Amino acid sequence: MSSSFSRRLGKLTDSMLFLPTMALLLILIADFFLIHDFFAISLKSGHLYGNVIDILVHGSPTMILAIGMTLVIATGGVDLSVGAIMAIASSVAAVMINPTIVGMNLTDPKIFINNPQLTWAPLWAVIVVPIVIATLCGVWNGFLVSYGRIQPMVATLVLMIAGRGIAQLITNNIQVVIFNDTYAFIGNGFFILPFSLYVAVGLFGCAWLLTRRTSIGLLVESVGINAKSSFYAGINEKRIKLFAYAFCGFCAGIAGLVVTSNIRTSDANNIGMYTELDAILAVVIGGTLLGTGGRFSLMGSAIGALVLQTTITSMLSFGVPASAVIAVKAVVVIAVVLLYAEQVKTFVRKLGTFSMPKETAQ
Amino acid sequence: MPDSENPIVEMKGIDKSFPGVHALQNVDFSVAKGEIHALVGENGAGKSTLIKILTGADRADKGIISLDGHVVSIRSPLHAQEQGISTVYQEVNLCPNLTVAENLLIGRQPSRLGISIDWKKLNTRAREYLKELGVDIDVTKPLGSYSVAVQQMAAIARALVVSSAKVLILDEPTSSLTANETAHLFSVMKKLRADGIAVVFITHFLDQVYEVSDRVTVLRNGSLVGTYATASVSRLELIRLMLGRTIADLDDMTAHKMESSQHISKDALLEATDLGLSNSIDPFSLTLHAGEVVGLAGLLGSGRTELANLLFGVDKPDTGTLVMDGKQVTDFTPAGSSNRGIALCPEDRKAEGIIADLTVRENIILAMQAHLGWFRRIGTKEQYEIADKYIRLLSISTPTADQQIKNLSGGNQQKVILARWLAANPRLLILDEPTRGIDVGTKADIQKLVLSLAEEGKSCVFISSELDEVLRTSHRIVVMRDQAKVAEFSGQVDEKEIVQAIAGSAS
Repeated sequence: MSSSFSRRLGKLTDSMLFLPTMALLLILIADFFLIHDFFAISLKSGHLYGNVIDILVHGSPTMILAIGMTLVIATGGVDLSVGAIMAIASSVAAVMINPTIVGMNLTDPKIFINNPQLTWAPLWAVIVVPIVIATLCGVWNGFLVSYGRIQPMVATLVLMIAGRGIAQLITNNIQVVIFNDTYAFIGNGFFILPFSLYVAVGLFGCAWLLTRRTSIGLLVESVGINAKSSFYAGINEKRIKLFAYAFCGFCAGIAGLVVTSNIRTSDANNIGMYTELDAILAVVIGGTLLGTGGRFSLMGSAIGALVLQTTITSMLSFGVPASAVIAVKAVVVIAVVLLYAEQVKTFVRKLGTFSMPKETAQ
Repeated sequence: MPDSENPIVEMKGIDKSFPGVHALQNVDFSVAKGEIHALVGENGAGKSTLIKILTGADRADKGIISLDGHVVSIRSPLHAQEQGISTVYQEVNLCPNLTVAENLLIGRQPSRLGISIDWKKLNTRAREYLKELGVDIDVTKPLGSYSVAVQQMAAIARALVVSSAKVLILDEPTSSLTANETAHLFSVMKKLRADGIAVVFITHFLDQVYEVSDRVTVLRNGSLVGTYATASVSRLELIRLMLGRTIADLDDMTAHKMESSQHISKDALLEATDLGLSNSIDPFSLTLHAGEVVGLAGLLGSGRTELANLLFGVDKPDTGTLVMDGKQVTDFTPAGSSNRGIALCPEDRKAEGIIADLTVRENIILAMQAHLGWFRRIGTKEQYEIADKYIRLLSISTPTADQQIKNLSGGNQQKVILARWLAANPRLLILDEPTRGIDVGTKADIQKLVLSLAEEGKSCVFISSELDEVLRTSHRIVVMRDQAKVAEFSGQVDEKEIVQAIAGSAS
């Protein structure tokens, strides 16, 4: 009996989701004891409010980025340009809503100011075009990495630096305020729960179906573990990599729209700043190995994004000044690196075998 | 003359097993002061394992090593160096971005007052050491800016100076050298011999064995074949010792083979005409038929793998044509070949075959899935059915289909790769060293499987370093030498003729 229990326990602790879930639970338990009413949720005019809801709203852009980043990291690469791609997407959206900022002559430029209905391009185009452009940015990254054989970090650094400049060029380096209410709904709206959460969950579901109900997930893992063997097995490993970066760009485009919509401003200088690091961190917390790639878990990455956001929200509600929160993030990084280090894992396993000598005997 | 009565290094009864492989069985090996001792044997013969044990990179399961008559236990490569055993590897493992002098004397740098490095002294000393080996170069330039030959000399100099080596092991030192560079290396080796250093020389170029060595030790399949004075064995004899012979092995397989040769189709399945790639393999012509096993014989580095890589599209040819089913092939990629019905089990199982972290099931369905594409996923239930079918058919020993392939033994990994391609149902199966480093039982299984596949109408190309294996399984034998196809034998073949073709001369 006890041996089957320990085997099941072993299976549980070996699962990729074990560590991120435990981390999330630990933080939430600490919050329960340390912060008064942390879990209080109130219903005001059909909207739910509370710390937990805040975590979900603010965590969704990172979650969206982390979904795309998971595939890239699984192929053994990394994408540093997602923040810049977010800025490009939001600049494109802003210009399509209000082209007067780039000097387009309209009969009455004033009509956009304070007008919550009007957009210059139809709303569907305001959403679709930036996402398509973001995906193309991803294709560019993927092309450099797979066909150009450039180190992923260097290849995506190009767009990380250039992308923000492009975003500023698009809007003439003006911070564009967005008045359109429908567009603002993406990042601010509520259907009981915040709308951006539905976007994240919907994207997660699509990504899961796309990777696990087709062969793409397996092929991505195969290429990440051993690209040469995969090539010999008849997999077009370059196309797989190209796809992963393109999908990552697609996700970054969506994240860009969510954030611009949330703050009702397209600010090419600041949108998505450092978010690539959050996305990478979320993926790493989720158990996908940075650098070596291979096995990935979308659920792990989503939980990883929540771990990050929960830490930040908890710190803020605990009264830690916003400027110090970054330091706390650093602590999270150290903890994650230690938890996943092979030496630490072996050490823990050794402790386990010493305390359970009977189990190992059989 | 080498003093073989008083060896400087003596290894006795060395035994070493890895999971699934008995890499060395009761091997004796000794080297005397002032001799050049060649160590030869085909892939998987146990050369590298033996050297790893001598240099402390691996520990033997059984056996003793004595140095200068004292029994020693060598704990690590560093420990081996401290005892005077140094190795220069094929890939020079120094730091290419440090200067030659730094590489030579790092850890032994002359200092001023024990604090700062005396660069002047360091450079002059390094220069002198290299001059002794007949290399006169600017030692303040980065090592990486020099040719492999010079880098090798630097590595040898470092071995001699820093660890004051008594035994110097050269692991395939000539494989990337030109003829002149090789000649220079040999003169250095002879000089070291005169200085009383024991030189162990590992190579697969038999000419070089005869050119420079005093004695030669032959390993085959993890066992010692023998140690001979080089002058006393003929070249032909040496190859025979390395490859093993068909002794009384005319078992039922031969009858089986003769029987199955009646099923060989007359129409060509694949036809290569003057197919070649510069710096890889000279143009060759080869026709393959359904139901036929074609064996590729030849020594390591003779162009066997290069030929397979061209047929499978790993490399793109720059001359000649390849025609399959009457259609000319233009798309030279493994994916394209897989679509045409060609499969390749590559030589380097670890780097080119297995996907270590994936399960046995996923490894088996991989080629089939790659062929079906992204959107026609093989259902999980079907995946298990396919995996279980091949686990049973090839008797792959794994607890479940969900075991990660890296936990399997080499032989079982090989069977999984085989299963991967059998599941894809190819018409032409190329097996590059499918039996290397695996146990005897599994070897026989794979040989039988190849024949039965041919009987089902598949065409097989069987590449092996073991001549008797090629003889036993192949209807037709192609011999490779020096990156070229040199002979083709069919029908009743005489082993002697094949050995001569492999050797290239009748000496």
